[in-house]
Amino acid sequence: MELAGLLSYLVFFLTMAGIYGILALGLNVQWGYTGQINIGVAAFFAVGAYTSAILTTAPSPDHLGGFGLPFLIGILGGMLIAGLLALIVGLITQNLRTDYLAIASIGIAEIVRLFLKNEGWLTNGVRGIPSIPKPLSGLLDNGDALLYLLIILAFVALIYLGMQRLFHSPWVRVLRAIRANEEAVHAAGKNVLRFRVEAFVVGSMIMGIGGALYAHFTTFISPGAFDPMFGTFLVWVMLIAGGSGNNRGALLGAVVIWAVWSGTEMFTSQLPEAFVTRASALRIFLIGLLLEIILITRPQGLLPEKPPKLRHGDEDQASS
Amino acid sequence: MPEILQIVVYGIVLGCIISLGAIGVSLIFGILRFAHFAHGDLMTVGAYFALFGVAVIGLPMPIVFPLAMIACALVAAGIDRILYRPLRRASPIIMLISSVGTALMLRSLVQILWGPDNKIYQAGIELPISLLGLKIKPTQVTIVLGALALVVLLHLFLHRTKMGKAMRALSDNMDLARISGINTERVIFWTWVIAAMLAAAGGIFLGMDTRLNPIMGWRILLPVFAAAILGGIGSFYGAIVGGLVIGIVQELSTLFLSPAYKPAVAFAIMVVMLIVRPRGIFGGKE
Repeated sequence: MELAGLLSYLVFFLTMAGIYGILALGLNVQWGYTGQINIGVAAFFAVGAYTSAILTTAPSPDHLGGFGLPFLIGILGGMLIAGLLALIVGLITQNLRTDYLAIASIGIAEIVRLFLKNEGWLTNGVRGIPSIPKPLSGLLDNGDALLYLLIILAFVALIYLGMQRLFHSPWVRVLRAIRANEEAVHAAGKNVLRFRVEAFVVGSMIMGIGGALYAHFTTFISPGAFDPMFGTFLVWVMLIAGGSGNNRGALLGAVVIWAVWSGTEMFTSQLPEAFVTRASALRIFLIGLLLEIILITRPQGLLPEKPPKLRHGDEDQASS
Repeated sequence: MPEILQIVVYGIVLGCIISLGAIGVSLIFGILRFAHFAHGDLMTVGAYFALFGVAVIGLPMPIVFPLAMIACALVAAGIDRILYRPLRRASPIIMLISSVGTALMLRSLVQILWGPDNKIYQAGIELPISLLGLKIKPTQVTIVLGALALVVLLHLFLHRTKMGKAMRALSDNMDLARISGINTERVIFWTWVIAAMLAAAGGIFLGMDTRLNPIMGWRILLPVFAAAILGGIGSFYGAIVGGLVIGIVQELSTLFLSPAYKPAVAFAIMVVMLIVRPRGIFGGKE
């Protein structure tokens, strides 16, 4: 019994770490490669989750749809709608300076949060969307969680490999160059604005996938699950702790910080009854403190960024 | 028509509160060149310091008010010393991210110490005064006059004192100011003191106008940034005008938009401003 409990916790732990790993990989395209500050991660996460939920649930009078479509269509939809939102936001904000983008992104997150909460016809408001199907359910006795973990890990592996391939592409080289010196890239004849919008959209699409996977994991979503600051903030700490600009770092950061976060929960659950309501605040405080310590003592993270190696002939492929 | 005027009155009150935050954001940006994301939560901290004075110690608000401002200034100066100063050589962007962490730490501290529930300074219902057909609460008069007094004091400080002039010089041209022998770290210290005192005042006013809760400052951060950008970031007078515009437009928007979307209005104004005139009405910093 003890062992079974431990195993099921491990499955839960890895599933959540995997979902956060995907979010961190998405943020890595925006912040790690391109130097864009997106403090609205939770918005794209939520849009992905809601889109997939609406596409895959059985028809319901409480919210739009559901359309009862297969799981993979839901994931695809979550990815596309998150990308569409990013495209709109990107076109409006990408010629702004980085800190203005940061401010604008909290605005986006706030609007998405208000929208999900207030547009009941679409999202069932604060009551949320229940009974989102979990794929491969019932295939194995008591194996639903484990099978879903395998799906998550497959997505993590897929996205990671895709990102690694991308990392060595001329596209990411241009993004990294934009981060280092935008004017120079502009002078070299690249369309800086286009590259930035592309990076923002690609990163947000990955976050949308993460959101969709999350929806099918919990099978119930409501606006409360996508607290803009908290969801976003944890992903940021993961990426910075793991190593901005490094895909392996993003994944490592997700596992380590999720472990710390879960560990603090064990710690706060030991506290006397009277403090339980304040325990979550204490956990957020500790994560904030951790971020500050990392920024001051090891800003490059656990796995620092390694510039991609130039291969022979790459220079010719680079095009705007 | 009187209805609209009544809404404008609410807007002015809200605008004064936003302005007090926006001036600080603008000053910090002018001197330190980063968007301070913990500013809203600094307002929360100020408001709760005042709550501590009023509710726990039992002092009257007029005495608590300046004390809370000073306490908030010390907190801000301490944060700068411990968290931001080691990052000064890194890019301002890293300081921005650090300030996001600070924001969360401040907010969770407030929640740990006071709990997540709504609090008020004073129980009871205030009877509004009728003035020219408008209903105005005494608190609202206090807020507007208080904000006005603080702005006048700040104006005098910036123009009459040596530190104020040094601050403006540093904000105008960092290198030139350094060459002429201005002690940057001292100016930075005073920038935090002033920005945090105004933030505390804004936070207390916000608590008086509505209610206190740990998330109050974070909720008002977006309008505060919008006001600073609208007025031209780095511009002191711009921040005041920006705050009033955002406050009034946000309240007026309730005439044709669900009040739930009020924060979205600030955002919309900000985005339009950034596209049409990125330097703000008063032409702030690049």
